[in-house]
Amino acid sequence: MSESTLTRMDLAEAVFREVGLSRNESAELVESVLRHISDALAGGESVKISSFGTFNVRTKSARMGRNPKTGEEVPISPRRVLTFRPSHLMKERVDAGNKR
Amino acid sequence: MIKSELIQRIADENPHLYQRDVERIVGTVFDQIIEAMAEGNRVELRGFGAFSVKKRDARIGRNPRTGEAVPVEQKFVPFFKTGKLLRDRLNDED
Repeated sequence: MSESTLTRMDLAEAVFREVGLSRNESAELVESVLRHISDALAGGESVKISSFGTFNVRTKSARMGRNPKTGEEVPISPRRVLTFRPSHLMKERVDAGNKR
Repeated sequence: MIKSELIQRIADENPHLYQRDVERIVGTVFDQIIEAMAEGNRVELRGFGAFSVKKRDARIGRNPRTGEAVPVEQKFVPFFKTGKLLRDRLNDED
């Protein structure tokens, strides 16, 4: 298993190879994919990408937490969190690829 | 929002691109992320989040209906952690 990290740059490079656009424009398009997903989620919308997965915004209610260091009780305000549910295809490809 | 709407929003902002090229671009982004994880790699998109692969050890599971013990193989599952910027945006835009 060769550990490496894919970044925006690698995605832009893949788009550049796939479509006849400049590297610059390829990078901008990768950015706009991420921006549109983020905007929808920030607006409380869920984002469902078939054969990839679903991003859902969940609302968590206020609760009492505890400072683990001091043991002191502190209120935790209500918040929205993001969950990602991978598609079947993603689960299968990730599992099969890593077992090889 | 579903994938076709995402494609449409990007196509609307880029009238100089063919719709089918926008489809390929969006498809390439998602495909590369899956491909990287299938090779055991991480995908780090600052401000958005990070995709990684977690290993789940083999275990003895149980058939909930019969109570029978069944071996479950080791498996690898995709995992997403929300980036700080996006996490903050979820909570200050109301």
